[in-house]
Amino acid sequence: MDKNKLLSEQVQRNSGVDVSKCMRCGKCTATCPNYDLMEYHPHQFVNMVENDKLDVLMKSSSLYLCLNCFACVERCPRGVEPGKLVEAIRLEAVRQKENNHLKPDQIVEKLTEGMPQQAITTAFRKYTK
Amino acid sequence: MQKIGVFVCHCGTNISATVDVKKVAETLGKEPGVVYSTDYQFMCSSSGQNLVIDKIKELGLTGVVICSCSPRMHEKTFRKAADKAGLNSFLLEMANIREQDAWVHKNREEATLKAVALARAAVAKVHLNTPLTPGSSDVNKRALVIGGGIAGMQAALDIADAGFKVDIVEREATIGGTMTQIDKTFPTLDCASCILTPKMVDCEQHENISLVTKSEVDTIEGYVGNFTVKIKHKAKYVDPDKCTGCGLCIQKCPSKKVPDPFNLNLAPHTAINITFPQAVPLVATIDADNCLMIQKGKCGLCATVCPADAINYEDKDSIEEKKYGAIIVSTGFKPISLHNFDEYAYDNSPNVVTSLEYERLMSATGPGKGTVLRPSDGKHPKTIVFQQCVGSRDTSGRGKTYCSGICCMYTAKHAMLTREKYPDTDVYVFYTDVRSPGKGFDEFYRRAVEKYHVHYIKGAIGKVVPMSNGNLQIQASDLLMNEQLHIEADLLVLAAAMEPDKSAKPLAQKLTASMDNDDWFTESHPKLRPVESPTAGVFLAGACQGPKDIPQTVAQAGAAASKAIGLLIKDKLQGNPCVAHSDENMCNGCSQCANVCPYGAITYEEKDFRMPDRTTLVRRVASVNPAVCQGCGACTVVCPSGAMDLFGFSNKQILAEVDALCL
Repeated sequence: MDKNKLLSEQVQRNSGVDVSKCMRCGKCTATCPNYDLMEYHPHQFVNMVENDKLDVLMKSSSLYLCLNCFACVERCPRGVEPGKLVEAIRLEAVRQKENNHLKPDQIVEKLTEGMPQQAITTAFRKYTK
Repeated sequence: MQKIGVFVCHCGTNISATVDVKKVAETLGKEPGVVYSTDYQFMCSSSGQNLVIDKIKELGLTGVVICSCSPRMHEKTFRKAADKAGLNSFLLEMANIREQDAWVHKNREEATLKAVALARAAVAKVHLNTPLTPGSSDVNKRALVIGGGIAGMQAALDIADAGFKVDIVEREATIGGTMTQIDKTFPTLDCASCILTPKMVDCEQHENISLVTKSEVDTIEGYVGNFTVKIKHKAKYVDPDKCTGCGLCIQKCPSKKVPDPFNLNLAPHTAINITFPQAVPLVATIDADNCLMIQKGKCGLCATVCPADAINYEDKDSIEEKKYGAIIVSTGFKPISLHNFDEYAYDNSPNVVTSLEYERLMSATGPGKGTVLRPSDGKHPKTIVFQQCVGSRDTSGRGKTYCSGICCMYTAKHAMLTREKYPDTDVYVFYTDVRSPGKGFDEFYRRAVEKYHVHYIKGAIGKVVPMSNGNLQIQASDLLMNEQLHIEADLLVLAAAMEPDKSAKPLAQKLTASMDNDDWFTESHPKLRPVESPTAGVFLAGACQGPKDIPQTVAQAGAAASKAIGLLIKDKLQGNPCVAHSDENMCNGCSQCANVCPYGAITYEEKDFRMPDRTTLVRRVASVNPAVCQGCGACTVVCPSGAMDLFGFSNKQILAEVDALCL
């Protein structure tokens, strides 16, 4: 499956948001307090997930300009909750970053009896935040 | 010994394409009790019916099974045919091998097997069928209309014109309903009063119509054709027979700061008041909560000036009992409360109004006497913003899930009228979609855009901040331009969603009429019985059944009236004989059946039972009123002792069908 499509599904699953519920009223964008600084706006976030165009959004700084004030979540008449979607997209962006301390195929050789599981999990953290 | 005939229909190729009808007829011919079995191309045609009639007469059939379409389609047809042949029509059963078989299956072999099984079940039932005769009851030739808005008035006028007496029970002091508050109507822009008030006068002057204003329905008992209704008349404190509506009392009344619900509290009125100048009946009533004489015993000015001696401070509520044959419900709608929508600052600024309030601001009988002035300072507004879908199409729990249907059109009307009257005004309309199905509706909306240059913006308002000078700082989105807008407006008009009037739910409980999740009255069938309530004898008119505009309301009211006339014109009502009945010897008087009965058909009575030892035992047993019972069968399911049973669908018959299918 197309990488972008997978990403859209992943983001919806993680956030619990169903973008097909959006009726394109524009309430989220109307209510957004940080609108002016954004290149893409809340209603476009939803639209990009729906149309599998997340790669564009994930490269844009707009994703990090959301203040997580949840005004859009509070006001959306269809319960789409764009704010929650942003959270999930950011998580996806973090996950996609390279440079883990550990690669999955290295696990087997490191799994000795003395190795605590916690250490393995920790090793998956990113170099950079 | 039973002699049953089985008739299998091809329904053209509807059935025969998927079901081997010859094989079904052949197999059924071998069933015990079946003496004749055949198939035919169109059983419902006159030659098909004649085949059934001939065979009943020729072979002396004691039961008939027709394997064809759904009984909803042709049960009546075939039962009539059976009647013609001299066979009690309830000895005929249908096996639905079209909708439940041929249309839903593809595999011919399996479909044929299913057709045989369904036909066998019907044969098993016919073995136990008994002849039934419908009972009859009288019809009271008087109709009750609950709610005197445009729907109730239209229904009453139509019934009255057909020659039947009608009472309109109206909660307010005047009939007319919500339409009295409206200034102009879309899409013709004719003045609402000019088309409404003549109808109000027609109602008042019609010899067959009685107006029962300031009154509410208290209790409803009985059943179709025989309703007994208690009507509560609220105290008016003015004798309507003496009052001439001269208005002297209103001029003199010192209690002038009473909130006026007719003007949606945008302007005050006096404690003694006539709702508006064209009110029908044109009589004054006193608002007791605000009358100095009634509250404090000091004043009495109105009684002094009244030339007709109509004032009576001692007036009391009273109850009247009346009998009706049919009831029309027309309780209408109201706009939802906007307290859940604090982003619009409705509670914080007087310059944020609902669309109905804007109607009053525009109306010649409103607080501005026809000049639009904003409520905070009486200034003429220069920038007016409209927001549609406020609480409509809202699945978040703050509003209503449905589309209110009329807001797009009345907002276009408001915008157009505003621009027409005040060309120097900037008008913005924020919309999600513009829905304009209806004769001349889309042309009307386009006229607002093209000729009146109303700024229609695809987007929504996100935040409203009231400023100290009364203006409103509005933050909104424009989705097509992909912009966030900041508009300083003088007035914001909110198209609040419609909801049923608050009197609807308690009334539905009194009527045992069903409602949907939003408290709209439900119709008996969404397409084929749109104006009948599932409760027999109760008809629905106007917005009590769902959001509607005026033309739809009037059309539906006329339809409801014609259904009521069809009922009232009958001298006797033939009932449905498939009703519940209780075996008194088995009934343990637990009341479970009465609790589940949606029609209020079951009552309990104390009855004497003669015991084997010649003593008498008084026991409480259920009794079913066959005229009220609709044969739903809920009671037979809950009855723990098996005393309740349904004629035509007895437990034995149903189980015989199940056995035939499963064994």
